[in-house]
Amino acid sequence: MAIGLNHYLILGAIVFSLGLYTVLTRRNAISVLMGVELILNSANINYVAFAHYSSGGVDGQIYAIFVIMLAAAEAAVGLAIVLAIFQLFHTIDVGAVETLKE
Amino acid sequence: MELAAVIFYLVAAVTVGSAAMVAFSRNIIYSAFSLLGAFAGVAGIYVFLGADFVAAVQVLIYVGGILVLILFAVMLTHRITDVKITNRAAGRIPGLVIVAVLLALLVQTIRETPWAKAKQIVYTPTSAKIGDMFLQDYLLPFELASLVLLAALIGAVVLARKEIRE
Repeated sequence: MAIGLNHYLILGAIVFSLGLYTVLTRRNAISVLMGVELILNSANINYVAFAHYSSGGVDGQIYAIFVIMLAAAEAAVGLAIVLAIFQLFHTIDVGAVETLKE
Repeated sequence: MELAAVIFYLVAAVTVGSAAMVAFSRNIIYSAFSLLGAFAGVAGIYVFLGADFVAAVQVLIYVGGILVLILFAVMLTHRITDVKITNRAAGRIPGLVIVAVLLALLVQTIRETPWAKAKQIVYTPTSAKIGDMFLQDYLLPFELASLVLLAALIGAVVLARKEIRE
């Protein structure tokens, strides 16, 4: 059976599920961010797969590049927030940090 | 089975295995380094899909940038001695059930939907086309992207700096 669109979509779905599981269950803020990165990667797999198999153009790849760019911005700001929270509360457990100020 | 399929399944196995390590590992350092395998595997998938430029961007930004950033954050926020217990997870069973149901639903949908098919599947270099489209059809988002990155840069510096109190 030749590799087709469905293989890539199912791979994307599996990576998305693992990312969602990470986001749902982790208590550590950095692990939650890792899960978000996995979810973004799975979305990118779908974009590029559809660009290749369904449209034949490069529009999907351009969207994937934009998503990668936004993921970089999100990671930078998110991790800066995590560092600030760590300085303030000396923990990054998302359950323990529930106030917006000291 | 032809060679291409074997390589695809290998790359997919690396991706899924690394992603599973990220999701299930008890040690956050292992999770962070497994992310390397997941990102590299996804880059390999892009190569399979004929997206050479996106694969290069993936390696440069994800592996070279985001992963290093995450590793820095891990090292800066953990007392290395008690790193073993720092990757706690809560609600494993409900999470697993939700995710399993969602995955079954997704796979069912993927198999049953008649996706559009391109007239022909081509493997050509994409960098020139992507560059043209960035400066023609996608010029406004492209310029906005630079603004977003600038804002993220300044925001990250402001958030992460040490506050000096009077």
